[in-house]
Amino acid sequence: MTAPGAKPRLAVWKFSSCDGCQLTLLDREDELLAVADAVDIGYFLEATSAQVEGPYDVSLVEGSITTPHDVERIQEVRAASKVLITIGACATAGGIQGLRNFADVDEFVSVVYASPSFIDTLATSTAIADHVPVDLELRGCPIDGRQLLEVVGALLAGRKPVVSGQSVCVECKAAGNVCVLVAHGTPCLGPVTHAGCGALCPSYHRGCYGCFGPSESSMPESLAPALAAVGMDESDQGRFLRTFNAWAEPFRSASTVRLPDPHRRQP
Amino acid sequence: MSDDTTRTIKVEALARVEGEGAMHVEIRDGALVGVELQIYEPPRFFEAFLRGRRHTEPPDITARICGICPVAYQMSACEAIEDACGVVVDGPLRALRRLLYCGEWIESHTLHVYMLHAPDFLGYHGAIEMAADHRERVEQGLALKKVGNQIVEVLGGRAIHPLNVRVGGFYRVPTRRELQPVLDGLLRVREIAEGTVRWVGAFDMPDLTYDHELVALSRPDEYAVVGGNVVSSSGLDIPVSAFLDEFAEEHVARSNALHAYRSDGTRYLVGPMARFALGYDRLSESARAAAVEVGVGPDDRNPFRSIVVRAVEVLHAVDEAIGLIEAYEPPDQPAVPVEPRAGVGHGVSEAPRGLLYHRYTLDDEGFITDAVIVPPTSQNQPSIEADLFRLVEQNLDLDDDALRHVCEQSIRNHDPCISCATHFLDLTVDRG
Repeated sequence: MTAPGAKPRLAVWKFSSCDGCQLTLLDREDELLAVADAVDIGYFLEATSAQVEGPYDVSLVEGSITTPHDVERIQEVRAASKVLITIGACATAGGIQGLRNFADVDEFVSVVYASPSFIDTLATSTAIADHVPVDLELRGCPIDGRQLLEVVGALLAGRKPVVSGQSVCVECKAAGNVCVLVAHGTPCLGPVTHAGCGALCPSYHRGCYGCFGPSESSMPESLAPALAAVGMDESDQGRFLRTFNAWAEPFRSASTVRLPDPHRRQP
Repeated sequence: MSDDTTRTIKVEALARVEGEGAMHVEIRDGALVGVELQIYEPPRFFEAFLRGRRHTEPPDITARICGICPVAYQMSACEAIEDACGVVVDGPLRALRRLLYCGEWIESHTLHVYMLHAPDFLGYHGAIEMAADHRERVEQGLALKKVGNQIVEVLGGRAIHPLNVRVGGFYRVPTRRELQPVLDGLLRVREIAEGTVRWVGAFDMPDLTYDHELVALSRPDEYAVVGGNVVSSSGLDIPVSAFLDEFAEEHVARSNALHAYRSDGTRYLVGPMARFALGYDRLSESARAAAVEVGVGPDDRNPFRSIVVRAVEVLHAVDEAIGLIEAYEPPDQPAVPVEPRAGVGHGVSEAPRGLLYHRYTLDDEGFITDAVIVPPTSQNQPSIEADLFRLVEQNLDLDDDALRHVCEQSIRNHDPCISCATHFLDLTVDRG
């Protein structure tokens, strides 16, 4: 990767996002200094004002593409990065701000801003992989810190990271939880949602709300009868799928069938 | 570019703040003409897409406005919706909300003090560089921050975007046994929290005074975080429901963040300096004693001393969290029922960076028809610019690098949460 003896150069980039996924790295209090010792931090604005020119061995990219400038900047980041890893729901699926993709963004601008002409934004919020090739996508809103360490550690060791593509149900069973959908009639997206969080929501007696996005073979249609049986009507099901990974297939198409108009319910 | 009458300084991006923005300083013939804080982090339209969602959804959705202070968004959202539905959450559930908020104050303030702001005073690019010379100190900061995160994790399910918060309370409340390791952790880091006040209290800082009007939440019985009235240093004392009568947001061309002003057009400041000045006598005894020891008092108006005030607030939050856990009796129910009804609700809580206001309008089925969110950094933007203006004016003779550094530091005094306000800092000094 790098010159013999040199540490791999890491960069952390931000696009449209809440900063939560890069904060996940700073929140690894027990491991942060060890990671920092093992890499050369070339660019990480949240943590340091020092900046080293690329190329970078590994770039972690947070956030989605929402402005004309973002479209240009992600090309530069890709060109300067040997390995590019997207972190989080914004970077891998457009994030919560992807809700604009179903609506009229001009109307959104007018709701929030008194002078819409000042605002320069795209009509869509899209994933990084929609614009440049991505080497690995780490899901979650936010990503899971242990997964992030696994990926960084694997890259440092020169091996393939182990990241499951199964559903939350697998983790939920491993955690020994009672199924909240079957036992308590609580709406749960666990069967169609990507693993990675450790089945947190069912462990806290609530249903999974899909913040890790669709699992690899996610089939939201197969879950619909179970959700209907616990009292969710079509529009509730549509909104359930349309949150932090709304633009990720198959959540996108399954929600659109149920909410043909913008994400709002019918009047 | 520089010649005899023109100097231009550019910083591609301000580091160690949350989010992205720029600053422009204009100097003509040696005189300062204007300072603009430009927030160009792309808008994310939360207020727009909250419309049409159920009254149960804002705690999860608004948490995503900020990875650093999601609890603040969840608490203000819950307060506002409960207000609209005529429900008051009190007793042990309110105590748990305060405990959760203490966790966020500890993790967010400690992140700012150790990783974002202290490097300015000690001459490092960041905490990781600082760790090369001050490893033990940085490790202590990380240990303190970890306990803050631990509170949010146990109570909220995870430190970033907690999932256990709902309108009316929680999905599951912790057992006393689950809180015991948190209490042990707090007792372990209490000394670090005290040491942090002494450490930052000894930093060299410019001797400056600013006369911002200070605005914070206030309660007679506690250092206010959730619930109470909105008060100010000029004597304002209003219920939360009157917030938008007294404060107004305006949209300026240079910024994707709205700027908030008093309704008479004057600027004001929210955040730790405001809370400290207006709630000094309700700090924990040891937090107050620590403040006295390092010579910071309720009349302090030097924004560079905000790092000291943050450290004092961390100690207060540690003390309060210890008290809350020791007194904790699990409630019978994890949440009170909140039946939707048509109406308007207002909610305010004290995010680490300052007062955070939410207003929701619900229809009779509980669907949101309108949402207004006023984050602390929007409110502080005019005051941050005012600070910069005076600071640049007083330091025109500094060379570009030194001037840039002092400006960046001044911005970081306010710990701006730029994604919250919508937002990237790129400093340009134009001396043309």
